[in-house]
Amino acid sequence: MALLQIAEPGESTAPHQHRLAVGIDLGTTNSLVATVRNGVPVVLNDENGRALLPSVVRYRADGTTVVGHAAQAAQAQDPRNTIASVKRFMGRGLVDVAHLESMPYIFEDAPGMLRLRTAQGVKSPVEVSADILRALRERAEASLGGPLTGAVITVPAYFDDAQRQATKDAAQVAGLDVLRLLNEPTAAAIAYGLDNASEGIYAVYDLGGGTFDISILKLSKGVFEVLATSGDAVLGGDDFDHRVYCWMLETSRIAPPGLEDMRSMYMEARRAKEALSSADEVHIGLRLPSGDEIDVSLTRDAFVDITRKLVDKTLIPTRKALRDAGLEPSDVKGVVMVGGATRMPHVQQAVGRFFGQEPLTNLDPDKVVAIGAAIQANVLAGNRAADEDWLLLDVIPLSLGLETMGGLVEKVIPRNSTIPSARAQEFTTFKDGQTAMAIHVVQGERERVSDCRSLARFELRGIPPMVAGAARIRVSFQVDADGLLGVSAREMGTGIEAHIEVKPSYGLGDDEVARMLRDGFENAQADVAARALAEQQVEAARLIEAAGSALAVDGDLLDPAERSAIDNALAVLGRVSVGKDIAEIRKAVEVLGRVTDDFAARRMNRSVNKALAGRRVESL
Amino acid sequence: MTSGPNTTDLPDTELFSRDHFELFGLPRLFAMDERSLESRYHELQSSAHPDRYASRPEHERRLSMQWSTRINEAYRLLRTPLTRARYLLELEGIDVGAENNTAMPADFLMQQMEWREALDEAREAHDADALDELARMLRQARRDAESLVARQLDTEHDTVGAAATVRRMMFIARLGEDIAEAHETLEN
Repeated sequence: MALLQIAEPGESTAPHQHRLAVGIDLGTTNSLVATVRNGVPVVLNDENGRALLPSVVRYRADGTTVVGHAAQAAQAQDPRNTIASVKRFMGRGLVDVAHLESMPYIFEDAPGMLRLRTAQGVKSPVEVSADILRALRERAEASLGGPLTGAVITVPAYFDDAQRQATKDAAQVAGLDVLRLLNEPTAAAIAYGLDNASEGIYAVYDLGGGTFDISILKLSKGVFEVLATSGDAVLGGDDFDHRVYCWMLETSRIAPPGLEDMRSMYMEARRAKEALSSADEVHIGLRLPSGDEIDVSLTRDAFVDITRKLVDKTLIPTRKALRDAGLEPSDVKGVVMVGGATRMPHVQQAVGRFFGQEPLTNLDPDKVVAIGAAIQANVLAGNRAADEDWLLLDVIPLSLGLETMGGLVEKVIPRNSTIPSARAQEFTTFKDGQTAMAIHVVQGERERVSDCRSLARFELRGIPPMVAGAARIRVSFQVDADGLLGVSAREMGTGIEAHIEVKPSYGLGDDEVARMLRDGFENAQADVAARALAEQQVEAARLIEAAGSALAVDGDLLDPAERSAIDNALAVLGRVSVGKDIAEIRKAVEVLGRVTDDFAARRMNRSVNKALAGRRVESL
Repeated sequence: MTSGPNTTDLPDTELFSRDHFELFGLPRLFAMDERSLESRYHELQSSAHPDRYASRPEHERRLSMQWSTRINEAYRLLRTPLTRARYLLELEGIDVGAENNTAMPADFLMQQMEWREALDEAREAHDADALDELARMLRQARRDAESLVARQLDTEHDTVGAAATVRRMMFIARLGEDIAEAHETLEN
């Protein structure tokens, strides 16, 4: 049972039990799932041998849900209930979404995140994404022959906290245990870096269906260090389709199209765009359901012309990322191209001109992210020995801050800080006897709160009455390795502590996630209780295994009394975990957690000490 | 840290709360070999990073996040000359950031005003070359200040002088940020 343990190089690990872990690229246009099989990363195909799952979900009136190719084929026929590019709506309100008028959906506004009204009722983007993820999970489980231990889900590096949280919730609703949210460019770098054993500064230019990311990485022996990242969360291949669509409208002078015509035209626009990557000219002939006809030709030159601004727009974040990293284009040793939209020759040329070198395109730009995610999932699940691992140091893309007087933002954690990261800021009361303080958490680079994204609002109560300026309120931010933020606040001055943890509020409460989970299982006709028991049993087995390996390596850190307390807790958990009493298993898990808490802290210290062993400097 | 097995690695708030130099096993000096700082950073993160604990129980994952956060914070402070110098003074009990302590030599104040004016002019004229030129001068000024503060901290142990130099470095850093911002505005 290989575990990610703090093992010394060469130290033997316990017998190997391969854990089923996958990497999932949840894309705007297409999604993929990949795994590492016999040491080789592979993309898992569907039963028809297709790797890409179109990120399209159709909610039919009869209660059935169709995902992927079949849904995509029904777009023109049933545009309202067939949701495409849902990634653009994740963690977003109505005001945030561009080109709303050209989308066939019935939107509903809701606090934090919009909703879509379908034949199956109102759907959150989280639920739609969960349906895509569920289809991929089922594909993987059928292909690998068992339930998954966990998944690495990729997100655009430029995704803010609300979008990341929405993605993680979608995975949870889909019944996936998220090992890590991984930034897409970083995933691509893993796939490339390990393939080519590269060292030096690399740029990853990732133009997907709906998002653009640029990451600057430093690769050295076994370490992937992201120096800076930037991007545009609403720029991608879809926008190129939109330009072609607008061009079609202008040149063929047809009446404003209805919903079905619009869908047909968008699909034709995409086909034309893709064809122009290899052809110099493409014929667009379309008889619309309304009877109107379109019969035009689009040359590559004209296409380049109408989309030039989009390509130029990607170079602005590219310059910014380089500047943040303190580098010039000439410092970059290689430029990795990721995302289907980088197939367009004029995109490659523009990037080549900017960096003064041919970009790297030797890996399939559609698959490279999923491959990198699978490689990382394999590591995180513990399928490799510790000394084979590499270290991945990523950053947050956007600054996190707090609202201060006058609607201004005080930055607490600046963008491009390496995660995990924590910072605290102290504030004070401005009125005599003030006993509460409103705390507003925002994300973004602008000075004014109104120009940043609002992540959470909460109130710290119970501050003892004091004169203005006497209270000391310490607000602490903690960003975890998924790039997700937790905030807490307390009054320091008097030693009286008021404490609150917030989860960024983008409109989905925990109870809503729980309801979606329930609905999901009901639709799948799964037995909820059986699933919960199975999950608890798996967790128990995992803990027993983890404790066993910890005892084998670091048992000497315990005195006999501590050791026997742990042995007893293990024995109890082992006994009850084969039974059916879920409450009893939970209790035994809790007891084991309690008696191993100190042990874990000691092991951690030992590990850090070992990392420094022989490194002490006499002059200290 | 050298007694029997049961006390060697007690839940070690001592280890966790060491100063950043101790944590990295580096001498408490401004002079810093960037390569060894970086390689120690990688070694420490290799042992503590949450990716190493992704399939461990929850409380181990929490510990790992705390440790990894601590190491990142220490690295951030030690890596940048300005924050490293400030931190060294902090360890000596000197707070350079104190708002009331802004006394600076007249010649540096003059220099500041000239740079500020040059920045405003370049900004108004949308002159990227002038911005570049200003950034070059600033880089030189930063290097000069860094070698001065190295001498003051490491050889002369002149904490008062070092604090003044650090304040100068803070001004230079802020101006550098403003130049970068002006560049950005120009590009968009």
